Amino acid sequence: MKDTTNILIAAVGGQGALLASKILGAFATARGDDVKMSEIHGMAQRGGSVVTHVRFGEKVFSPTIEQGSADVLLAFEMLEAARHAAMLKPGGTVIVNTQTIAPLPVLTNEMPYPADIIGNLKKMNLRVWHTDALDLARRAGHVKTVNTVLIGMYARMTGDPAESWLKVLAENLPPKLYKVNQAAFTAGYNLSPPWTEQE
Amino acid sequence: MKTLMLGNEAIARGAWEAGVRVATAYPGTPSTEVTEYIAQYKEIDAEWSVNEKVALEVAIGASVAGARAVCTMKHVGLNVAMDPLLSISYPGVNAGLVVVVADDPGQHSSQNEQDTRYFGMAGKLPVLEPSDSRECRDFMIRAFEISEEFDTPVIVRTTTRVAHAYGLLEPGGRMDVPLREYDSRFGKYMVAPAFSRRRRVVAEERLGKLREFAETTDLNIYENGSSDTCIITGSIAYQYCREVMPNAGFCKLGLSYPLPERKLKDFCGQHKKVFVVEELEPIFEQHLKALGVPVIGKAKVPVIGELSTEIVRKGLTDTAPEPVSTPFENLPVRPPVLCPGCHHRGPFYVMKKLKLKVAGDIGCYTLTASPPLSIMDTAICMGAGIGMAFGMQKARGKDFAGKSIAVIGDSTFWHSGMTGLVDIVYNRGITTVVILDNSITAMTGHQENPSSGRTLNGESAPALSFADFAKSIGIKHVREVDAFNLKELETVMREELAREEPSVIITKRTCILHPCAVRHFPLKVNPDLCKSCMKCLSIGCPAISFDGDKVKIDQVLCVGCELCAGICPFHAIEKQPRPGGGPA
Ligand SMILES: Cc1ncc(C[n+]2csc(CCOP(=O)(O)OP(=O)(O)O)c2C)c(N)n1
Repeated sequence: MKDTTNILIAAVGGQGALLASKILGAFATARGDDVKMSEIHGMAQRGGSVVTHVRFGEKVFSPTIEQGSADVLLAFEMLEAARHAAMLKPGGTVIVNTQTIAPLPVLTNEMPYPADIIGNLKKMNLRVWHTDALDLARRAGHVKTVNTVLIGMYARMTGDPAESWLKVLAENLPPKLYKVNQAAFTAGYNLSPPWTEQE
Repeated sequence: MKTLMLGNEAIARGAWEAGVRVATAYPGTPSTEVTEYIAQYKEIDAEWSVNEKVALEVAIGASVAGARAVCTMKHVGLNVAMDPLLSISYPGVNAGLVVVVADDPGQHSSQNEQDTRYFGMAGKLPVLEPSDSRECRDFMIRAFEISEEFDTPVIVRTTTRVAHAYGLLEPGGRMDVPLREYDSRFGKYMVAPAFSRRRRVVAEERLGKLREFAETTDLNIYENGSSDTCIITGSIAYQYCREVMPNAGFCKLGLSYPLPERKLKDFCGQHKKVFVVEELEPIFEQHLKALGVPVIGKAKVPVIGELSTEIVRKGLTDTAPEPVSTPFENLPVRPPVLCPGCHHRGPFYVMKKLKLKVAGDIGCYTLTASPPLSIMDTAICMGAGIGMAFGMQKARGKDFAGKSIAVIGDSTFWHSGMTGLVDIVYNRGITTVVILDNSITAMTGHQENPSSGRTLNGESAPALSFADFAKSIGIKHVREVDAFNLKELETVMREELAREEPSVIITKRTCILHPCAVRHFPLKVNPDLCKSCMKCLSIGCPAISFDGDKVKIDQVLCVGCELCAGICPFHAIEKQPRPGGGPA
């Protein structure tokens, strides 16, 4: 389907990928799009790689994104960005949090954490936008709001007004968590992409 | 208003809208959320049953007594429930009875890839297969209608990508389905041969009627395309095919057993080329070939693993989207790991130290089979470890019994471990069994179980005692140990392994992800004392890492369980004073 937007979220279990996809899905639903999403629960969430697929447009069939056809990769961690970059279509966009979380082979000193992931991403036929979302989340009030910072960046990129996103956030979060997430969203939204916006 | 719903949530919604009064289940990915969502509807009496067999029996009882009932499980759960399922086939139902079974192609979190459609055939039971969230809701309602109209239990089969996918649907209201009279028809639910032989005939007649129903039902959709190719498919595979071949003709089988033979023959006959695209086994394909219809199926799409748009595209059109070339190769894997502060780490560390052969089981603790602990030798199916440890001792004698141990989680013990323990006592075995009591069914996301002290609805319930149970079946040596006390764990394991009698060791600590679990202030490595011996890395705690020089403890991840401090030979891992003073 030509008109379908495909967003892949790649994260580490516990980083809030499921909530992020829920927010993206709710935003598209509120706009009147057809929406399908896919995620994996269970064992994979014990600190393993977590991938969720979000798709919206006029009519969506499959809940999963075909390899090589993702428009946007929201990567919550650098190694996960590298792992899933090939899911993007040529010229696609990767928004990546430069945080690193060591996986088991790195923790046990069997393998090094890969060097210069951002540099290598930039060598690919992709638009790369990276930031220290963990730091922004911490400054917004909670390290667990990395997901919302990245949603703020995505929202900025698409150009939709912040208010319409904040409304969806408010509807999908417990009231006591709204304020910190609003701050995190705004921190991401106030960044600007490294490419010219008209591009 | 259109609402975005998880497939499992939509199944729950469908059950509620269909007027279901009783819901039973044993958790298992990817089916678990069905029952968690059902529990939010106060009109439905929902329970976590002790296992799938009991779950189905409770649901059957509810149906006979007049209430619409749903029973939910993962695909391997159906193996456990197979006896009641095949046995209730001939008797049939009173109020509607639907069994929801979630398959896991690709084995995201399962020990095998069995295809539940075969089980419908084995039981002569209709199988419905939704392909998205809206159909999950709709098909549940249809399943109850079919169940009552044809006097049969009905299977609703989902797969991971249906159960754990979101889609839009318009939620409806709850139907007014009154409680039926208690069904006291003479002999209907008596499977003694004299009665059952008669019901056998009825069941065969029922299947004939279901075959006719299949020919006309709108659960099966026939769409003519603009090409001379058609695709016979169902479930999530339909969605992939629609993306790959939008112009083909489609037969989407919402009722995947029994099949509409005449209609299928007719539809295929209108097309030059017929593909069959089905996940897992070639069931439609073989059926069509047996009818003499030339189709292309598993020659083009694999039998192993889950399908995807790219796999279907490759198989049917031999094309792929233009790839973006990537410089990344040989990246470190990121497997799931035991959490920092996990109950299971201590007992398995000691088993490794004692070089035991470990007959394990299924749960979070199965992760101890992987490095760096690498200590579990077997995990076959839930509850198997206890019987297997006993069998190993029969094969290799008493000495081996002193060097081997059975290990099982709390939920798994009640599910199907306790019968194995009875077998050991009765047959004079001397096995040592460890029950890992973290008070919850952790792996599937914290469901209550008989030792949690709470029900699915959060009501308080008797917390069954493993120690009392073991003593009551005649085990004399029952020990309870703190799962973080390595010294005591080692002493107790040595003592019980040495004994030529059966014994049970219960290790206790609340799962660290449980809201009631106690988290302490993070620990720190004293760089002056650390000799970088790496012993602490051997427990596989994700909070501990080595940066090429010294060992570090992640201050966000560490929960201060002190297990690492207990094994450090140089006492280099220390508590820190809490900021602002007070006890650390
Ligand atoms: C027959 C069957 N039903 C359900 C499952 C899914 N499942 C695997 S282990 C498990 C229970 C794990 O709980 P527990 O034994 O308490 O161990 P924990 O995860 O808490 O360590 C479940 C529900 C399965 N594999 N097989």
